[in-house]
Amino acid sequence: MLVLAGITVIVAGFLLRFNPLLVVLVSALATGLAAGMGPVDLLAAFGKAFNDSRYVTVIYMVLPVIGLLERHGLQERARGLIAGLRGFTVGRLLLGYLLFRQVTAALGLTSVAGHPQTVRPLVAPMAEAASQAQTGEEKRDEEAAAMAAATDNVGLFFGEDIFIAIGSILLMKGVLEGYGISIEPFHLSVWAIPTAIAAFLIHGARLLLFDRRRKRRAP
Amino acid sequence: MIGLNLVYPFAGLVFLAFAWSALRDRSNAKRIGNALFYALIALSLIAGDRLGDIGNGLLVLGLVAIAGLGRMGRGSGGTTSAEQRGAEAGRRGNRLFLMALLIPLTALAGTYVFKQMPTLIDGRQATLVALATGVILALLVGYAWFRPRWLAPFDEGRRLMDGVGWAAVLPQMLASLGAVFALAGVGDVVGGLMERMIPEGSLVGAVLAYGIGMALFTIVMGNAFAAFPVMAAAIGIPLLIHGAGGDPAVIAAIGMLAGFCGTLMTPMAANFNLVPAALLDLKDRHAVIRAQIPTALPLLAVNIALLWWLGFRA
Repeated sequence: MLVLAGITVIVAGFLLRFNPLLVVLVSALATGLAAGMGPVDLLAAFGKAFNDSRYVTVIYMVLPVIGLLERHGLQERARGLIAGLRGFTVGRLLLGYLLFRQVTAALGLTSVAGHPQTVRPLVAPMAEAASQAQTGEEKRDEEAAAMAAATDNVGLFFGEDIFIAIGSILLMKGVLEGYGISIEPFHLSVWAIPTAIAAFLIHGARLLLFDRRRKRRAP
Repeated sequence: MIGLNLVYPFAGLVFLAFAWSALRDRSNAKRIGNALFYALIALSLIAGDRLGDIGNGLLVLGLVAIAGLGRMGRGSGGTTSAEQRGAEAGRRGNRLFLMALLIPLTALAGTYVFKQMPTLIDGRQATLVALATGVILALLVGYAWFRPRWLAPFDEGRRLMDGVGWAAVLPQMLASLGAVFALAGVGDVVGGLMERMIPEGSLVGAVLAYGIGMALFTIVMGNAFAAFPVMAAAIGIPLLIHGAGGDPAVIAAIGMLAGFCGTLMTPMAANFNLVPAALLDLKDRHAVIRAQIPTALPLLAVNIALLWWLGFRA
């Protein structure tokens, strides 16, 4: 039971708004010591795992290109394009993006879009511009930007599991094999389809409701 | 063979340029902290495999010390004015989108093409290699088209990176915490607790505990991958598959998706929830989570219902 101290540290640390990197490190320390690991072994285990998971940090290599494009007016152009389209709304824009993200992720193309590559330079500025056009308000609509980021996540999560060679499918296959149950990846991926449809319907409905709230705010 | 062995050092060089740019950024009072932080990430990406486990551990301590002591700030310098950008947008027109699409299109084409070249490119890493190729191509086009100062793309990239700040390594930290949890047997303890909460012989209770447990444990760990082996061992395999004769493919696949609903609701899934809020300059760093909860909760209910309907058809 003592090893659960680490979970308590995490929850308390986040609630008290300490620096999350510090919280994670203290949690690892509490957990490891409770399980009887020595400080040096613990440091080595943490360092090894940190090195093994470097691939998540690689994505920031796209930032110089995104920054350069922004310097030369990409966001302004994205807003201008939306402002020129009549009848274009946040909800419809993000609904289209949701479909695009789910379909490409289901084909295994998870890196084609994402927060640094597409949401920051294109989708979020377009969503904000569409919202400003809908409500006639000048100020930034941060809620629309947050919704753009949320739509990317929903599309990715509930699209990618339809693709058979994705990490989570391989993990499930491995875990089940450990219990003597052998399943082809294809049989796991087909069962992701009902949830994918439900995710599209639920999030899509919310996007259209988002539009209606914008409409009510319009003068 | 081209794989992570070249992608990591390339990303490392980008971070090295961020460090250099941060050091020269006089608009940031804490520029030395930022520069050191990016330099340590560069070191990890370029030489991580040669540092040894303890060396990597010390590197992490350095990163945490810089962030934990509040030594990181945000620079403003570097970018063009709103008027200049507006003028450029008018002049460059929709060709700007073409260049923005160069990275995704190269990632798309490269993923397919590189898989046909197994001797040259590591097939498992084809996507990341393609993404890096897209970045290099886009940079070359950018230099030729905009004719910026040599460091301008990296100054601009560093401006965006400053917005993300220490959150950039939080996902890697959490993955490492997951590894420590696994070594310490946290999963087994949590699984044991879950098991004791289910009423004896109740299939509905077991399905509910499995679905909600996947989401809750994912909220704590920030990652459904960490929750799945635990919940499968505690409830999925013994109670739902062996005990009640559930279809293993359904129990596994939809159980994992119930976990993904948890991912939408937690700051622990930093790269999906906190980093985008920082990247988009949102005042509320939990704004993305707030936007996701009304999707995540009904979808979790749907997943639990699907487990119940589809898992026990026979």
